[in-house]
Amino acid sequence: MDIVTFAVQLLNGVQYGLVLFLVASGLTLVFGILGVINLAHGAFYMLGAYLSWYLASVTGSFALAFVGALAIAFLLGIALEEVFVKRMIGRDHLAQVLLSFGLILVIDELRQILFGKDVHSVAPPAWLGGSIQLTEVLSYPVYRLALCVVCLVLAGAIFYVLQKTRLGMVVRAGAENRDMTRALGIPFDLVNRYVFAGGIALAALGGILVAPVSTVFPGMGDGMLILSFVVVVLGGIGSVAGAAIGALLIGLTDTFGKVFFPQISSILIYVLMAGVLLWRPNGLLGKA
Amino acid sequence: MSPLLAINDLKSFYGASQVLHGLNLAVNRGEQIALIGRNGMGKTTLLKSITGLLADRRGEISFAGANVLGAKPEEIARRGVAYVPEGRGVFGSLSVVENLVMAARAGVSGSRRWTIERVFEVFPRLHQRRGNGGHQLSGGEQQMLSIGRALMTNPDLILLDEATEGLAPLIALEIWKTLSIIREEGIATIVVDKDHRALAKVADRMVVMAKGEIAFSGPPAALQADPSILEKHLGV
Repeated sequence: MDIVTFAVQLLNGVQYGLVLFLVASGLTLVFGILGVINLAHGAFYMLGAYLSWYLASVTGSFALAFVGALAIAFLLGIALEEVFVKRMIGRDHLAQVLLSFGLILVIDELRQILFGKDVHSVAPPAWLGGSIQLTEVLSYPVYRLALCVVCLVLAGAIFYVLQKTRLGMVVRAGAENRDMTRALGIPFDLVNRYVFAGGIALAALGGILVAPVSTVFPGMGDGMLILSFVVVVLGGIGSVAGAAIGALLIGLTDTFGKVFFPQISSILIYVLMAGVLLWRPNGLLGKA
Repeated sequence: MSPLLAINDLKSFYGASQVLHGLNLAVNRGEQIALIGRNGMGKTTLLKSITGLLADRRGEISFAGANVLGAKPEEIARRGVAYVPEGRGVFGSLSVVENLVMAARAGVSGSRRWTIERVFEVFPRLHQRRGNGGHQLSGGEQQMLSIGRALMTNPDLILLDEATEGLAPLIALEIWKTLSIIREEGIATIVVDKDHRALAKVADRMVVMAKGEIAFSGPPAALQADPSILEKHLGV
């Protein structure tokens, strides 16, 4: 493999990993802070992609679709937390799994009613529509590069909010000892609500961002859900930094696995997960 | 003047077992109360009932004139009650500064007397350790941090459970000094500790709990004048 092809694969792997990180960080935050397992996380990824396709085709603007889909996902997250999820806090995982599985069915049905079951593609914004010519036969789409940059900026923003702002301190404190934060006057109901809505928005954001580089199809959330869980378990449940490392590992393993070991590429990430769990049963950055 | 905290006929439950049996207690503004009694007599339960962390409670609890019996912990905290729990409750994954900053809030009167600078003044040790994670602190440092964090909410009442448990005598001395500072600030406190002699030196009033009720309440001198109370309820 020449250096250019290697670099292209490396970029693909990193970009895949970064998108995975966005989606998985939402999942791990919701689990870490609310203690709620959300199986419907992948469904919001799918919904984000469909919403951006629909809004882009109606408005003709990717930017408008981006903002609109994100806002809808966030508001939906707030509504769902208020109506359903807050009742699941402190309940056993079976109840949470049943509720969120039910949400998958409802969201899928809504998608069917509103958008149908056709496969779609979304055009990237015109100014990102070009390609960079690498060699005579190889070129790299500008949108994919922009995707990497946007994901990196977002990842930086997530870490900044969690590590440097007072809101982030409250969120981390609450993940560690909810009662103590409440006894200090932090209204944890509100924190829960916005963390859940933020988590849903991150899932939708993943779907919105990948819509121009992949196809928008009904089952796209299922695979993403499983991968997100692999990332969360690999990185350590509740750890955002762990999710970042896990997501990049999975992205690179999957991408290079397809290049070097195409026959076994589909199981490589699970082998990686099993290996890591044998070595560190709580995940890379997980706490016992 | 009506008391800051008035508890009437308080009954608290852990599941099916009743721990407090119709307890009455009033705490005035700025009053420092020492709460003593054997293990399992309901001291921690009383503090948790006041903070709202123990929700299964009946009777009357009013704080600063408002009924807070059915209120959530965060609502009670925002009315001016701060809690330093047994085991300190320091956030181990947050640094010393972050532990303090996350709790910072103006008091009910809008007062911001307690700032991070002021806490560092009272506890220079915390300033030296400001960048360290909560889990890296010694027990004494954790207790200082937990008290400092409570002060950052500019409270009118601090509930301090097992103030010096497991601390070296010199560190315990520092905690007792801090209690004097808190008292001079006019902040009311309820302090639970095993060291009733040290408590008698700082407290305005000694309250002895037995079997979920108040067995004795009076000035330290009255308790010392009647050794039979301590003998009966503390076994000393």
